[in-house]
Amino acid sequence: MTTVTTSTDVAKPLHGAEAVKAVRRRFSTPMASFFAVLIGLLWTIPTLGLFINSFRSKQDAATTGWWMFFVHPTFSLDGYNQVLTGSGGMLIPLVNSLAITIPATIIPIFIASMAGYAIAWLPFRGSDVIFFGIFALQVVPLQMALVPLQQYYVHGLQIAGVTILPSPHINGTLAQIWLSHTMFSLPLAVFLLHNFIAQLPNSVMEAARIDGASHLRIFRSIVLPLSMPAIASFSIFQFLWVWNDLLVAKVFGGSDPTMQPVTARMQSLVGNYGAHAELLAPAGFVTIVVPLIVFLALQRYFVRGLLAGSVKG
Amino acid sequence: MKRNARFVAVAAGVAALATVAAGCSSGGGGGTPTSSAGGGNTPAALTGDCAPYSAYAGHSGSTVTMFGSILSPESDSLNKSWADFTRCTGITIQYTGSNTFESDLPVKVNGGNAPNLAIIPQPGLLAQMVATGAVKKPPAGTVANEANWNDAWKSYGSVDGTFYAAPMSANMKSLVWYSPKYFKDNGFTVPTTWADMMKLSSDMAAKMTGAAKPWCGGISSGTASGWPATDWLEEVVLGTYGGQVYDDWISHKVKFSDPQIQTAMKTVADWLQNPAWVNGGVGDVKSIATTTFQAAGLPILQNQCGMLQQASFYEAQWPKGTKVAADGDVFAFKLPAVDPSIKTPVEGGGEFVTAFSDDPAVQAVQNYLSSPEWADSRIKVAPGWVSANEKVDQTLYTDPIDQLSAKYLADPTATFRFDASDTMPAAVGSGAEWTGMVDWFGSGKSAADVAKAIDAAWLTS
Amino acid sequence: MTASHVVMASSVAGQAATTLLGVIEAVGGFVAILFIVFYVAGRATGRLQKPIALIICLVPALFLVALGLVIPAITTINNSLTNQQFLGQQKIKYIGLKNYVYAFTDPATQQTILRTVLWLLIVPVVSVGVGLLVALLVDRMKHPSAAKTMVFLPTAISFVGASVIWRYVYDYKDPSLPQTGLLSQVVIALGWRNPPNWMLTAPLNTFLMMVILIWIQAGFSMVVLGAALKAIPEEVIESARMDGASGWRLFRTIQVPMIRGTLVVVLTTVMITTLKVFDIVFTMTNGNFSTDILARRMFSDMFVTSQVGRGSALAVILFIAVVPLVFYNVRVLRREREIR
Repeated sequence: MTTVTTSTDVAKPLHGAEAVKAVRRRFSTPMASFFAVLIGLLWTIPTLGLFINSFRSKQDAATTGWWMFFVHPTFSLDGYNQVLTGSGGMLIPLVNSLAITIPATIIPIFIASMAGYAIAWLPFRGSDVIFFGIFALQVVPLQMALVPLQQYYVHGLQIAGVTILPSPHINGTLAQIWLSHTMFSLPLAVFLLHNFIAQLPNSVMEAARIDGASHLRIFRSIVLPLSMPAIASFSIFQFLWVWNDLLVAKVFGGSDPTMQPVTARMQSLVGNYGAHAELLAPAGFVTIVVPLIVFLALQRYFVRGLLAGSVKG
Repeated sequence: MKRNARFVAVAAGVAALATVAAGCSSGGGGGTPTSSAGGGNTPAALTGDCAPYSAYAGHSGSTVTMFGSILSPESDSLNKSWADFTRCTGITIQYTGSNTFESDLPVKVNGGNAPNLAIIPQPGLLAQMVATGAVKKPPAGTVANEANWNDAWKSYGSVDGTFYAAPMSANMKSLVWYSPKYFKDNGFTVPTTWADMMKLSSDMAAKMTGAAKPWCGGISSGTASGWPATDWLEEVVLGTYGGQVYDDWISHKVKFSDPQIQTAMKTVADWLQNPAWVNGGVGDVKSIATTTFQAAGLPILQNQCGMLQQASFYEAQWPKGTKVAADGDVFAFKLPAVDPSIKTPVEGGGEFVTAFSDDPAVQAVQNYLSSPEWADSRIKVAPGWVSANEKVDQTLYTDPIDQLSAKYLADPTATFRFDASDTMPAAVGSGAEWTGMVDWFGSGKSAADVAKAIDAAWLTS
Repeated sequence: MTASHVVMASSVAGQAATTLLGVIEAVGGFVAILFIVFYVAGRATGRLQKPIALIICLVPALFLVALGLVIPAITTINNSLTNQQFLGQQKIKYIGLKNYVYAFTDPATQQTILRTVLWLLIVPVVSVGVGLLVALLVDRMKHPSAAKTMVFLPTAISFVGASVIWRYVYDYKDPSLPQTGLLSQVVIALGWRNPPNWMLTAPLNTFLMMVILIWIQAGFSMVVLGAALKAIPEEVIESARMDGASGWRLFRTIQVPMIRGTLVVVLTTVMITTLKVFDIVFTMTNGNFSTDILARRMFSDMFVTSQVGRGSALAVILFIAVVPLVFYNVRVLRREREIR
């Protein structure tokens, strides 16, 4: 495509990077750096506590604070051993979390970017209303939607006893978790992706149209590749959200223990009314380690995409 | 027209995606049990060590889903208890436990995603499930086993006089945990009347120093915080006024603001909100509200606390290596009646096997679980489990606490009642009353205000 | 024993493989269906081309949004007018606005509503404040990534995980015993002999739980606001500095007005999140000790204590409370669109 090269123009700042650096350097003061690092440390200490406690023995973690580790270092992998290999270990749930998260991230990308493209580049009457309507739906609390949705999955959509839409027959499969997450993510996804897609240069679109490309072809070969920064940032956002979700997975996970994601497994590991409190720290760390890795590896893209979403340059 | 066609196409696309998914993900959770083709309904004669299971044969290859609040390691014992049943009959029981069972079950049932069987610990929740119309009546085999329980237990498994669910396990709540060694070293004896117990408490308080106190308690328990305190109040109501007032209290004929219940609250306050008597090894009265019920009794082992009122299942909380016996590190005595004229008040709890399917394989499991044979099998797997089934072989209990619980649960002269908060409507029994107890202990709210708030939660429908 | 271990290990691997294979098939199938639809529809030309493209692109999103959000919202509004107690109840009566009257007259619910308003005011303002502060500080740093990453890290942590983490901060032990909670330890070290039981002490407990949400949300604010700050043309700042503006004045008169739009969007986004978050209060105190907020109460009414009608009314109140925020957001967005 003739257009791919222009993608860099979208993401890069408009002014010379060198000039910016020079100015920034003059602004930097040791005081500011000190405070920034101080706040950063303050923000990290609670997580550090969890991390350290996850390696301490049950006895130590229950009776003394984690900071005592620095005075009397003790080291035990018992907790991790039990969390990973104990009855109902977390290995299968880790796989399940991936199996839930990956499709639940990919499906909304397509559906939302298609909608964003239609609203931004296929002007029609009422497109504004639809855009703002979808955006406004983010106020619907998740808890409100769970029961009606599950009824739809099992019985189909019925109004006054008449079946309007048959059940999709996905009861008890991962597909209903994917679909639910897709639905709940759409308000934000359409909003973010639309804002980015709307800012794509008109000239590129015009050129493609003159070349005789259809609307759908433009979407596939121009809009999708050019929107990668926004897609990447939304994907990270959605990945974290789905991975960290407990409610949807619990409600739609069926009664099959082999379908539980890590968050649900962690909750039940903790035991009835919190009986195995000592496993909280290792289980907690196992639960957060994947999103942390994903996030640390991809945070650059996260920021880049959000720029287009809500920031006016 | 065109629009419609496209709409259908998209819907079909979604459905196709769904089919792909259904084909390869690990299969269904709820719904009907899956029967293997052909294997169907020909009862194969079971021989050898499988012979006792002949009555349940003929459903080989079926899977029955079961949902409950019991979690590992207790659920492991359950799975072991029916391993032979599965081996002989070919019926697989797929058990899932959830620590938010009470909120999960209605969502599943209402969504049409009910498990085949649910193990419901609250008669109140059972009644609610029956009212949705989703609960199936038990098969003849289970009804025949009904006679194995006394009338009280039967009534808790019934709704409006119809028997729906056979009891599974039973636990004895009217126990007080103590350290026999500490008692012996200090010349204390196990009290047999309420007055003795109060006297023992003040004697103990006089002797103890520092953070040590005669009583300890903890009512923090996640989303169920407050429940241990409802038990304290229930024990006192039952032990002061007997079964009739207790039953009227459950049906709200006697309100929380009633002078009788107010008096009972006063008795509880004098006992477990007495700053000189609680909270052994932890802190002040208010610390009861934030101490987890699991941790509450542990100071007994350090002689920091004299006694803890908690049910038989608290046995699981003692650390490994603790000797639970009349001459051991810890043991329990029966909580005496407040009014000596009330004959052996016993408060208990338990679970009920409720069916949401009338498939023959499900009914076979239901029949098996209501039989004394299954109860015996479960008792043999691990201690810490008692059945109220009267046909159970009492000699199988090896654990002293199990023996003690079984003795009182099987006592025909005892005034037995089920946990009141589990029997009240959920809005009260697992809502306002829990919150009220936490406010009462933790925030110093007055008994009258607590009662008012709980009474207000009783929906008039 | 060992044999069964081997079987178990291989079955774990097998199960994992089956699950993941299923995922690949499903995603592949989804993309393939899209491709086929695009291919077939792409053959259409002329007058029909645009309507067809429009329908293909827009209908899936509209369909899913209607199914997952619009219909449930309508169901909930309907339920809020009934005396429904539990899910699946068969005899249900319409009782008008009684549930709303209850919500606004019941003292505990009134307090819950007031407390929710408090959350709504404090959490977004402080989160955005901290986020902006860090954004400003690191904006001038040579190597901003370390500090930024540290502040942003909690964004990746689930609410359930966060409550576990903060349990080790707010844990209470009698002052005579070794402490397990960091906060108690710190204040004892600073000379406060008898620190209170944090989660028990109202209204302090509410503020301490707000800290957790702020901890999570500040990173989000920082990133978005940082990006907005970076987008301010250097010439603007340079010329302001030529005029003698620096520090606070530069910030107040130049930087804040330049990012006002972003500020509003971030503020309202955090507000909406705050309104809907129930996990923190749910796991820390379950709404006890005067800490309840609407979202948790609603959850418990609907799923725990069998008061679906009352819970639905709270959901609708919550919904109505957020609507003005969204409308304001929409207005700001609209204005920006017009400028563009």
